[in-house]
Amino acid sequence: MTRYVMVADLRRCIGCQTCTAACKQANSTPPGVQWRRVVDIEVGEYPNVKRVFLPTGCQHCANPPCEEVCPTKATFKKEDGTVQIDYDLCIGCAYCAVACPYDARFKVEKENFAYGDEPMPHEAQRLNKATIGVAQKCTFCNDVVEAGVASGHKAGEHPDASPACVNSCITGALTFGDKDDPDSQVNQLLEKSEHFRMHEELGTEPGFYYIWDKKNMGDLL
Amino acid sequence: MTSAFKGKGSLPRLQTSWDLRAACNFIGGGTGTGLLITTALLALFGFPYFWPIVLGLACVGFGLFMVWLEIGRPWRSMNLFFHPETSWMTREGILAIPLFVLGALTLFYYPQSGGSAIAAVIGLIAVGYLYCQAQMLRGAKGIPSWAHPALTPYILMTGLTEGMGLAICFQALANEALFAVFALVLVIRLIAWSRYSQGLQQGGAPQASCAAINNIRAMFLVGGHLLPILLLVAATFITELAVFLVPAAGLLAAAAGWLSKAVIITRAAQTRGFAIPRTPIRGQGAKDMSSQASKQGW
Repeated sequence: MTRYVMVADLRRCIGCQTCTAACKQANSTPPGVQWRRVVDIEVGEYPNVKRVFLPTGCQHCANPPCEEVCPTKATFKKEDGTVQIDYDLCIGCAYCAVACPYDARFKVEKENFAYGDEPMPHEAQRLNKATIGVAQKCTFCNDVVEAGVASGHKAGEHPDASPACVNSCITGALTFGDKDDPDSQVNQLLEKSEHFRMHEELGTEPGFYYIWDKKNMGDLL
Repeated sequence: MTSAFKGKGSLPRLQTSWDLRAACNFIGGGTGTGLLITTALLALFGFPYFWPIVLGLACVGFGLFMVWLEIGRPWRSMNLFFHPETSWMTREGILAIPLFVLGALTLFYYPQSGGSAIAAVIGLIAVGYLYCQAQMLRGAKGIPSWAHPALTPYILMTGLTEGMGLAICFQALANEALFAVFALVLVIRLIAWSRYSQGLQQGGAPQASCAAINNIRAMFLVGGHLLPILLLVAATFITELAVFLVPAAGLLAAAAGWLSKAVIITRAAQTRGFAIPRTPIRGQGAKDMSSQASKQGW
């Protein structure tokens, strides 16, 4: 079995938003739509204040509430563990958007361009009309990863088989790979680190892990 | 937790995916099915049911039409029926079909004896439809004030109350037994509302959601419950004015339900925001600070 997951090392993320920009470029998302974003959180009280940068987006849950509520089966779970949307089936009811605890889904009602009513040349070239009026979200760059794996690369360990956000991350905070593969980078990272998943209490089993500390060596022995 | 948190991006925000059109589905669907349920019960006791069923179906139809206006690809709306296994929206759509078919049959057979029997079946389907609506909100895990378990009984009770409010408009002549039942239903709705509101206050939803619910508390209590009950009491004693007082009581009770649903869908619908149980340890600062959690706006 394959279970693609993302690991974000919160100790490394500096909130530069390069992943956000790379995602927008790679997926040609319109203004206001950010499949990958980094939330800036300030924690504590002066003088003990800490700033945390939290990369977020679709968590590709193992029990996705969006898939459960979708009345059309447009949202579905792939055998690789990712959650995808069939734009041709979706009716744009946005039930998935309110079911997602991670605020990861978007619906664009009409064509929307960065500068005025007319698209820039690159926007005109890459506009996907199928996404208008329906739900859209992060795909873990599924088409790229699939093609890369088909070419013989290991998912998450070669740029041709990795999501754009992972390829662009300047600090190496984002790692992608197959959690069911014991030799994958994501597995090795998770083994030697303390981590959590967001809103785990909801039982969604997210495929997005956040590292916050190294594991106590005593625990490893 | 003593920490102060800043950073707007992690705060719960008001969802904008469902607006007043979606709220109208819950308003129309709740009132319509409540009216159909009440009418089905009253029909068993020989009350006329033709116009109440017409109005009930019209309310349900209005709600469905409004939600049809909301969806992004309305001409694909038939895809709605593809996921009955888990989607309460699909289930609601499926139940709408027999509701309207049997509704048409009931009206066709009116006032023959078979009509009231079909009306009873419609009442049962309406219960299912209303339950689907309540569960639809329960499934919205991204909106804590909708997913709260105490909302389900409230949606059921307010639908029934709104429908009964309209039903008694058709039975405006003084009928103490009917008034007593309606007053009891009002009290039960108020209890359901209080439980829901308290559940939100006790950490069940972000602060902004609680504030939105609190804002209508007085109007909901007085206009939607105390006043209707007073009007019903007055109608019992001043029977010649019952024709005005009873519909006023019914409409006020229904309007309070509509207001509450509009507020729940459009104002109290904050997302969960981004909560983290741990902050990262970056090699500096006290270790205990790293064990802090961040859940802003709750």
